[in-house]
Amino acid sequence: MDASPRPPRTGWNSLARNYDARMLRGGALADGKVVAPDRATELLEAVIEPHDRICIEGNNQKHADFLAKALATVSPDRVHDLHVVQSNIALAPHLDIFEAGIARRLDFCYAGPQGLRLAQLVADGKVQVGAIHTYLELYSRYFTDLTPRVSLIAAEAADRDGNLYTGPNTEDTPAIVEATAFKSGILIAQVNRIVDKLPRVDVPGDWVSFVVEAPTPHYIEPIFTRDPAAITEIQVLMAMMVVRGIYEKYGVTRLNHGIGFDTAAVELILPTYAEELGLRGKICRYMSVNPCPTLIPAIESGFVEAIHCAGSELGMERYVAERSDVFFIGRDGSMRSNRIFCQLAGHYADLFIGSTLQIDLEGNSSTATLARITGFGGAPNFGSESRGRRHGSPAWLQAGREAHRAGMPRGRKLVVQMVETFREGLSSTFVEKLDAWELMDTFDMPLPPVMVYGDDLTHIVTEEGIANLLLCDTLAERAQAIRGVAGYTAVGRARDRHMVETLRERGAILYPEDIGVDKRLANRDLLAARSIKDLVRWSDGLYAPPARFRNW
Amino acid sequence: MERLEFRFAGRADAPAASDGEALVGVVGSGNLEVMIEQVDLGGECLVTVDTSINGFVETWESVLRDFMERHRLGNVRVSINDGGATPAVVALRLDQALANLGKPPR
Repeated sequence: MDASPRPPRTGWNSLARNYDARMLRGGALADGKVVAPDRATELLEAVIEPHDRICIEGNNQKHADFLAKALATVSPDRVHDLHVVQSNIALAPHLDIFEAGIARRLDFCYAGPQGLRLAQLVADGKVQVGAIHTYLELYSRYFTDLTPRVSLIAAEAADRDGNLYTGPNTEDTPAIVEATAFKSGILIAQVNRIVDKLPRVDVPGDWVSFVVEAPTPHYIEPIFTRDPAAITEIQVLMAMMVVRGIYEKYGVTRLNHGIGFDTAAVELILPTYAEELGLRGKICRYMSVNPCPTLIPAIESGFVEAIHCAGSELGMERYVAERSDVFFIGRDGSMRSNRIFCQLAGHYADLFIGSTLQIDLEGNSSTATLARITGFGGAPNFGSESRGRRHGSPAWLQAGREAHRAGMPRGRKLVVQMVETFREGLSSTFVEKLDAWELMDTFDMPLPPVMVYGDDLTHIVTEEGIANLLLCDTLAERAQAIRGVAGYTAVGRARDRHMVETLRERGAILYPEDIGVDKRLANRDLLAARSIKDLVRWSDGLYAPPARFRNW
Repeated sequence: MERLEFRFAGRADAPAASDGEALVGVVGSGNLEVMIEQVDLGGECLVTVDTSINGFVETWESVLRDFMERHRLGNVRVSINDGGATPAVVALRLDQALANLGKPPR
């Protein structure tokens, strides 16, 4: 048999040799590993090559903003056609590099505030989008076909050997660092300060190529702070239904909460409503979430016992540090977060609950809105059935008995969407067809951008009631169960009243009176904290809210 | 701003206000105000809605009809200033205003 001709290669270590060449060019600008901030642009021009895959670290909280700005000022003659592989497109420079021709291809997870501009640049042919991912997906591809050649990361502090201290916002750094450093990639860290001795080492120095002390601390956004003052009585009502109709019913102990006001309302009635129901120690014991300030009363009152975090939250540092029985804390006394581990912990938990903008009659939900590319982030991994799960827990087994009534016994993760039937301006949450379909056509996507698929979803909670999709046998029943909690929207008013009654008898639709929820109690008085100031009080003064949330 | 008026048949045997003294239930939060008065309307129910969002007549009618049927009402006058509130909020407020009927406003 003839061996097929092999492609010519220049040995088995070309990446490492290329790394050495880049380090030689970059090293000429450095003092050891340290590069002065005013030479950052020069450094990037020296170590980045055309067509490189590059990651600029930036996620929900911290951003390598100084290095992102430096990259936007390199000469497009020297650095061009980059392939950006990073989770968030959040800062202007992330897109400036496409406008300038420095970068061309993009694989990412989430665009947030830059979504509108990104859509425009895609339409103009300036950005070629490979795919939009979830966090776990993109980081997985770092270890297969999208390994970064150069990564620009952010840390709190470094020493002169390049050891890094991330502080409580470790977030995505371990994933980026691991993929880059061990595939002969260049790793440049922007740090707030260079010190002689670090409080703890989060990234070993021999993995790090260069360190730049940024003129200003890296940008951090307090995106998980929800002011209890803005929680409505409708949200309190829905929270009561979640506690009785889902958490109590299934005995949910391990879970992940979304970050909206709806789930904040659940957190804030644990010390009041759930306490009176005798549920402390029975529900909500272990959580995979960021340290949301609205969790403070539930922690202080002994409901939530342990929390692993994807990242930190501004103002929560001292409170978290003083609660090392609850949070994961380094020997230095500050939290260690890790987005991948938090995502995995949440994926294998008993329940995910979040909010969305649109739900169709199959239960598919989407946060996509027309004219804007946003993306996925972490919700699809949290909010999906964990088919690889094998260990039992009361909640998982009980949901499994509802889901698999014949054949092989199985467990089932609870995936819950908590939505009001109408959003602001009386636009309906429930729709016959998601905007995601139109978005797919507009942006030439392979599939409609669905956040949580209908067959992953188990419950929908609205102000009208709960639809338990596990107890629906056909798509027609599922559609009527959804109409049955869709209130006065067009979708809700088109319900078949007879079928809805049948489904209610079966327990596939539950109204407040069916689960012992007294609507008259749906009052803001039920919230354990009704303001940011109340949260500070609950924390014994350890929570230090950012200035914009202080109004006293 | 749009003013909507609805008239429902109501329950003929519903008690009307005695001694010409109207019982009033009021609930207000933000811009949403709901007032329910028990007056002699020959059994009928009259509802006035001042809404900031136009084009939702059918939605309002459904919300109000369900409310009237839920509580088997008659001889009431309901005034709503919706302040852009969703039907869910209005329905909850209507129930609360009814519960407050005859009690001093909070």
